[in-house]
Amino acid sequence: MSGPNTQYDPVEVSALSPEAVDAAVAQALTAVAAAADLDALKAARLAHAGEKSPLALANREIGALPPSAKAEAGKRVGAAKGRVARALAERQDALEAERDERILLDETIDVTVADPRRRLGARHPLSLLTERVQDIFVGMGWEIAEGPEVEAEWFNFDALNFAPDHPARQMQDTFFVAPADSGLVLRTHTSPVQARAMLLLDSSDLQRELPLYVAAPGRVYRTDELDATHTPVFHQVEGLAVDRGLTMAHLKGTLDHLARAMFGPEATTRLRPSFFPFTEPSAEMDLWFPQKKGGAGWIEWGGCGMVNRNVLLAAGIDPDEYTGFAFGMGIDRAVMLRHGVSDMHDIVEGDARFSEAFGMGI
Amino acid sequence: MRAPVTWLQEIVGQTEPVSGEDVAAALVRVGLEEEGLHGGDLTGPLVVGRVLSKTDEPQKNGKTIHFCTVDVGDHGQRAAAGGDPAVVQEIVCGAHNFDVGDLVVVVLPGAVLPGGFAISARKTYGHLSNGMICAEDEIGLGTDHAGIIVLSEYLADDPDTLARIRPGDDAIALLGLDEEVVEVNVTPDRGYCFSLRGIAREYALSTGLSGFVDPVSAGDDPEPNDAGPPVRLQDDAPLRGRVGCDRYVARVVRGIDPSAPTPRWMVRRLEQMGMRSISLAVDVTNYLMLLTGQPLHAFDLHTLSGAIEVRRARAGETLTTLDDVERTLSVEDLLITDGGTTPLAIAGVMGGETSEVGPTTTDVLVESAHFDPVSVARSSRRHKLSTEASRRYERGVDPQIAGRVAALAVAMLARFGGGTIDPGVTDVRAGAAEAVTIEFDTASAWALVQPASATNGQVPDGLDHAGVVATLRALGCTVSQDAGDSSAADAADRAPGFARVHVVPPSWRPDLRTGPDLIEEVARIRGYEHIPSILPTAPGGRGLTPGQRSARLASAVLAGLGAIEVWSYPFVAEDLVDRLGYPAGDPRRRAVRILNPLSDEAPLMRTSLLDTLLSTLRLNVGRGRRDALLFEVGLVARPEGDAAAPVPPVGARPDDATLAAVAAAVPPQPRHVAFVAAGDAVPAGPAGPAVRHDAAGVISTAIELGAALGVDLTPVAAQEAPWHPGRCAALTLPDGRVAGYAGELHPKVAATLELPARTCAAELDLDLLRAAGRDIPQVGTLSTYPVATSDVALVVDEAVAAGDVARHLREGAGADLEALTLFDVYRGDQVGPQRKSLAFRLTFRSAGATLTTEQVSGLRDAAVDRAAAALGAFQRA
Repeated sequence: MSGPNTQYDPVEVSALSPEAVDAAVAQALTAVAAAADLDALKAARLAHAGEKSPLALANREIGALPPSAKAEAGKRVGAAKGRVARALAERQDALEAERDERILLDETIDVTVADPRRRLGARHPLSLLTERVQDIFVGMGWEIAEGPEVEAEWFNFDALNFAPDHPARQMQDTFFVAPADSGLVLRTHTSPVQARAMLLLDSSDLQRELPLYVAAPGRVYRTDELDATHTPVFHQVEGLAVDRGLTMAHLKGTLDHLARAMFGPEATTRLRPSFFPFTEPSAEMDLWFPQKKGGAGWIEWGGCGMVNRNVLLAAGIDPDEYTGFAFGMGIDRAVMLRHGVSDMHDIVEGDARFSEAFGMGI
Repeated sequence: MRAPVTWLQEIVGQTEPVSGEDVAAALVRVGLEEEGLHGGDLTGPLVVGRVLSKTDEPQKNGKTIHFCTVDVGDHGQRAAAGGDPAVVQEIVCGAHNFDVGDLVVVVLPGAVLPGGFAISARKTYGHLSNGMICAEDEIGLGTDHAGIIVLSEYLADDPDTLARIRPGDDAIALLGLDEEVVEVNVTPDRGYCFSLRGIAREYALSTGLSGFVDPVSAGDDPEPNDAGPPVRLQDDAPLRGRVGCDRYVARVVRGIDPSAPTPRWMVRRLEQMGMRSISLAVDVTNYLMLLTGQPLHAFDLHTLSGAIEVRRARAGETLTTLDDVERTLSVEDLLITDGGTTPLAIAGVMGGETSEVGPTTTDVLVESAHFDPVSVARSSRRHKLSTEASRRYERGVDPQIAGRVAALAVAMLARFGGGTIDPGVTDVRAGAAEAVTIEFDTASAWALVQPASATNGQVPDGLDHAGVVATLRALGCTVSQDAGDSSAADAADRAPGFARVHVVPPSWRPDLRTGPDLIEEVARIRGYEHIPSILPTAPGGRGLTPGQRSARLASAVLAGLGAIEVWSYPFVAEDLVDRLGYPAGDPRRRAVRILNPLSDEAPLMRTSLLDTLLSTLRLNVGRGRRDALLFEVGLVARPEGDAAAPVPPVGARPDDATLAAVAAAVPPQPRHVAFVAAGDAVPAGPAGPAVRHDAAGVISTAIELGAALGVDLTPVAAQEAPWHPGRCAALTLPDGRVAGYAGELHPKVAATLELPARTCAAELDLDLLRAAGRDIPQVGTLSTYPVATSDVALVVDEAVAAGDVARHLREGAGADLEALTLFDVYRGDQVGPQRKSLAFRLTFRSAGATLTTEQVSGLRDAAVDRAAAALGAFQRA
């Protein structure tokens, strides 16, 4: 760095002349504007705002000026440096933004190339519909009871008023458990859970008392060969209400509610007189199914009735004080109806593609 | 059970025409389920024709056909074309049982026969055949196809009609082919509906028709006398205290012409009912059974040598029944015997060959008896012999009509067979059941059908006292109003007029025994469609149980982790346990065995879900699913004891001890969850190569499942079938109990079950997991101090489990250790043979202060020291 120059008249110092400063600024601004990328801008910054740039050199000359001239020259050079610095900063921002945008563009991927590390599984529609039915009952304030599939004959038949030689006992196509006197069967319906619930012997983990409003979905067994519409292993849901003053009208109201909740607001039910040992009066129930293939119509939905006095007595409940109603319907059949399944094989065989069609909820 | 519409109408006195559909609807309304509608499915023209000429034309195939011209009145073959309708019909016929001049039944082009068989003029054997001369089976008249119908023979017993008919007359009405037959399903409580008598009564009740006349009333009920055939009732071993036969009526008709034909109308009705005509004697017994519900049996009197004795069979006795099967009898079988020695029939089920009515029978003994439903049901089941008679006896036959129906039978045999009725009448009774009297509160029907609030306290139509009593009387009940005032709980709130009455059900309704039985009758005759729909208000529930929630959560978690839920049948083969390699004494070898399995190949119930889930995997792989992750949630049966479950009687609560014994005999059936994996867990893709399902994957999935259910599962190396002995983890609960196993299948098992190599599987006891799960999670205040991490690489022997190292590190590090992660396992020269280096990252955070570098180092060293002391681990240089 040179020391103060006392040899010259300050106005004579050419580097500080307004023309020279303006020219340096003009050169700098041209160079900044011409910088096409951040590297070029860096070079321009070095050339026009660096330590050896004309303006820096000019600035250095100020010290050599007489005090009277210093202020004016300082102001002129400062303003010039400021203009250059602003231009540099603006250009820097612009070039950085440009670069960032280009990077994002460069990073573009083909979003249609999905590469799942973990695929979503699926639930079986029988489970999903069972859960939905459970939720409908829970929504009505009912609870869900459970029982074993290998069941005592007494719970499956006698507790439900099927006498040992009752013809209805033969209607059931029962799987018996060996040895012949084991007293055990594969339950032919979910109705034994009725008896268990009333005797507080169901295998769910809640203690209950009267009045009782429980539903019991579950697996049941009959000796039917598998074909398009029959299966030896199928699923039912049983409903049981025991309370004071229950009537057939309450049974009908519950069935209608269930039909609407499962099949839509237009669904309703119809009762036809029938016979079951564990109910009296008994009825078959038909469902008005709006989405029936080939047009809305009635389809058979299940059996129901007022709990037979003998069933209440078997559970130690006074039939003169309490009445009850019970009903049962097939879940597999409901799956077939709701989802247009035409062959039972698809429901029972365990082909994963069948479940996949239902995803995680129905 | 079938019911021809015309027959029903005859019994109820209905004369205006009615369609089968309407009759079926009326029967359905009162509880007889419609099974089908038969007949009435033939459209004409079907006319009477007279054969004018018949030219025999032998064919190359050896047959002779007949080219005939037939007079069909105004229906001649040119009629349709606008030509002379009187031109005779040219028809080719293959039957030979007719001659020129015979009246026959001709179906003409344009007609449709039963089964949708459309008739048109067609070229055959070198002629244009304009229709067909009909055999019985072709027009739904029966099963006879031996030849065509020759009306002079067919209508032989109806000379008036025969004299009246002319060629061209409509044959549909003539032969009754427009008659429809309704078929209904009869529920077990309605035995009386196994008769036209019963169905007609229901039809009348449903429609309100008042002309019903009980067909049984046409027979008289003669007083028994000593001249009848001797009958002894000798039941030494009644079943459940009820004698096998409480009434036996025997009547004799002699001198029947064995060749006497059954009247055409009776044959027609039998055919409409789905039965074939056999002989007059058999037809009459069948016809009257269908009409009245009383099974009858006809014995050839000359085959009997002694008195009829009804007794239980003796051990070793045999009987060849009418179906030509020699049956070994049980001491519980009730028999009809000749003189107490030779068995003649299994009572109420089937007769024997020796006493069968045959083509030479002239003298007949008619049995009209009342047998115990239980005895008949057991014999029928024992001999797998369900007959028209047994079906009726099982469901209860009217005990009052045996005499009258026997009288109808002998009268018919005399009239149509030319026989003479013996004056002797045998009617033996033993311990007949007394009629039931039900004390019935007429208010109870309303009370069980609908709440009083539904009609603002007004009595609904048909449920008032008078309406209830009228309905019961219409059913045949005797109602006497002498039992006092109504005592129904809220009778006071209901309209007055109700009372307690004594109701004696009719003899044909043994199913009516209690008040609710009567209420059902009132409600169904009134019509279930009148019952209002009222949703009851339950007292408020507690939602799903913990077990139900955990089963649901387990399924949702597994599906979320990529598994697909499937269901499988729980039946397995006996040798499956061997193929799965279960060792002797393994509790899973003890399975529930089905006495009557659908297939002898699979007589056992599964003891684990994998028993059947692995087959499901094979099915999916076989159908082209290379990569599979499947799961199932379900019950498995694990029998423990051998105690049989008692079967206490119906209608009463068993005592506590019996009830406990019943419940205890039911095998434990825990709910399990299982999943199986084969192929790739992550498929190869742009992001990288495939990752196969492996033991580590299923083990960590099992641990994640446990975590979701609030249970910390610790994997411990285990040797358990059917898993690979070196690649199986027991998943242990904090208390040490094993909740299940996960890992890779034993290669032999995978090969034996034809599964992909390296198939992995896991099975856990959900009930156990749920019981071990935390009840309500408790959470303290979260620390907001910064975390500090420290990595260590520990060298251990190959045999040392990383899980054990981690456990000791965790214990040594103390409460400030927030997380511990194994992030690398290294084997190689730098650590030497049979050793591995485990790299752990320890993350610390204190609840009360920021940890200093020195404190963190101290905690890490403590952790390492612990692992070093316990397992010989040392820090890798």
